[in-house]
Amino acid sequence: MFFLSVLCALCGYNDFMKYIDEYRDGEKARPVIEEIHRLADQPIRLMEVCGTHTVAIARYGLRNVLPPTIELISGPGCPVCVTSQSDVDLMISLSRVPGAIIATFGDMVRVPGSDSSLDRARAQGRDIRVVYSPLDGMKIAAAEPQKKVIFLGVGFETTAPTIAATVLEARRQGLKNFSVFSAHKTVPRALKALLELGEVKLNGFLLPGHVSAIIGSRPYEFLSQDYGLPCVISGFEPLDILQSVLMLVRQFKNRTPRVEIQYRRGVDEQGNRKAQEMMARAFQPSDVEWRGIGCIPGTGLAFREELADLDAVRIFDLPRVQSRENPGCRCGEVLRGILRPRECRMFAEACTPENPIGPCMVSFEGSCAAAYKYGS
Amino acid sequence: MKQDAMMNSSEDRILLAHGSGGELSHQLVAEIFAKSFQNPLLQPLDDSAVFSVEGTRWAFTTDSYVVTPIFFPGGDIGKLAVCGTVNDLAMSGAQPLFLSAAFIIEEGFLFSDLKRIVRSMKETAAEAGVSIITGDTKVVNRGAADRVFINTAGVGRIPPGIHISGHNALPGDKVLISGTIGDHGVAILSAREGLEFSTTLVSDCVPLNLLVKKLLTLSPQIHSLRDPTRGGLSSTLNELARQSGVGIWVVENSIPVKEEVRGACELLGFEPWNLANEGKLVAIVASEAAEAILGGMKDHPLGREAAIIGEVKEAPPGKVVLRTPIGSTRLLDMLVGEPLPRIC
Repeated sequence: MFFLSVLCALCGYNDFMKYIDEYRDGEKARPVIEEIHRLADQPIRLMEVCGTHTVAIARYGLRNVLPPTIELISGPGCPVCVTSQSDVDLMISLSRVPGAIIATFGDMVRVPGSDSSLDRARAQGRDIRVVYSPLDGMKIAAAEPQKKVIFLGVGFETTAPTIAATVLEARRQGLKNFSVFSAHKTVPRALKALLELGEVKLNGFLLPGHVSAIIGSRPYEFLSQDYGLPCVISGFEPLDILQSVLMLVRQFKNRTPRVEIQYRRGVDEQGNRKAQEMMARAFQPSDVEWRGIGCIPGTGLAFREELADLDAVRIFDLPRVQSRENPGCRCGEVLRGILRPRECRMFAEACTPENPIGPCMVSFEGSCAAAYKYGS
Repeated sequence: MKQDAMMNSSEDRILLAHGSGGELSHQLVAEIFAKSFQNPLLQPLDDSAVFSVEGTRWAFTTDSYVVTPIFFPGGDIGKLAVCGTVNDLAMSGAQPLFLSAAFIIEEGFLFSDLKRIVRSMKETAAEAGVSIITGDTKVVNRGAADRVFINTAGVGRIPPGIHISGHNALPGDKVLISGTIGDHGVAILSAREGLEFSTTLVSDCVPLNLLVKKLLTLSPQIHSLRDPTRGGLSSTLNELARQSGVGIWVVENSIPVKEEVRGACELLGFEPWNLANEGKLVAIVASEAAEAILGGMKDHPLGREAAIIGEVKEAPPGKVVLRTPIGSTRLLDMLVGEPLPRIC
């Protein structure tokens, strides 16, 4: 979003939209689609790792222009969805701390915990505010010094650097009433864990563009080297995704698995050094629980010792309660790519966006919500 | 079963999303209000109730306005309170005549702000040709309301021979929009605390009754009219598809959206068809009348950028299908949740 704001400021809305439109042009898409149809003469199963890709695929109806041989499966790339039930419950408990203000991105508000959700807690009088940036959380803390503002840090490498920068800035300003619950997760090792489970049979990965803008393409190389899987880092417009699918099909057909970058306008091999540095100054890798997958070593981002006084988990030291998920909820299998949203018996019946049972139906990036909303 | 799960427990509470104009709002109206107040005049759940007195048909409607901020680019809560109710009447084909205005004011509210709002109501009422003929004032403790809330109700007369309802869309009909969508939503957002961004965009807030009056003289074949306010174009089209039991097919590239609105949507992750409008209407008209009505819209100052955006088919009943720029199709669903509370 920051990138886009700068782009808008520099070249104005009109140029910006013209730029975007090039990647949504039906005329340009047609030859790419035709080439995919020509080459994909056998079943090819691809996983899109990123929730934003899941949404774009559904929003632009890409499945219905691809040949039936190509299967696109959603992976564990929706940060809200992979947040464990225990973490969701802890967030709700934090909202009940006397004097607490929870500052959060909107997606988290409706995720059902074991007994409640943040929007239900808000209806019961808890102070929960949707913000668009962690800096807004800091602003609230500065404006209301008698309150304890807790920002919920949920996201992958894309959001973690901004939140790291916020934490470091809060430290610099000496803000005493601001803290962050870091439920951040990192992507590459989670893909390894997913492959090691051995449940999902894949022929390639459509890799996340934004995460890769931060970490670069190198951390994924094991996917092609050790597992022989074609990989393409893709942008988010329909033409980006179609081109990436074509690149994956070519790698698969030619038996030349490697990590290619389609999203050259945002990603290089090394990634964004400054953002990586910022993350390293605030966080250190930790073991973390992923919904549906379990604990994956080294994929969490815990606060460094010297920033412990900004860590909401340590400050409030709330006991973790025994968490319960709805026994019928199959979000875990959806996140592992072994169940399509529509194959869940609760999909669009008991579980809908207005009355969600699991997080995949809540989050804008959730694969169940995308399948429901766009009918894909 | 879904609704039971949501509203049966004595512990369940109203969520902000129940007021968003999307799916939860519809459930709330259907399950709580429509069920309890059940009567034949309420039952169509159109923007206005329509009833006859001694051979003349009347439309009657009410709406409350809680927009924040109360002053925004292109309007204020007072202008909105007049436009909103005038437009709800106009969408039944009525010529609005009289409004009521009730104010709930928070202790400490500035007189100068109140005067500014009232002046704007007076001007907008004059523009629409309606009179505000009754009203009420309540002042509540600080914190019990957010500055000022306004309720307006209105009555209007429906000319003979006009039968417009959300239930009247027929397969083969064309779908028209009177201009660009999302202007109001983005104008409000740009003025929101914590989200200020600079835009030249102003709200499209305007009374639509004179435009409707003109369209009705052009052709009696207008089947449905609705102003896509809260919940945006997507909610309005879904309501019409459900009420008429038809499928509505729209073409993304034909929907007029200002560049600033598209840009803001890209930045904020919204889709323009989910954003509120306060000066646009959707018309579903017989195919043979579509060009004439489109021409009539374009000749009117409020319809310069009007467009035919799609058509009505038999299937899929109750659903809206969007054709994307790359030629694929997908559902255009009703808004769920509360991305933009208190926009009207």
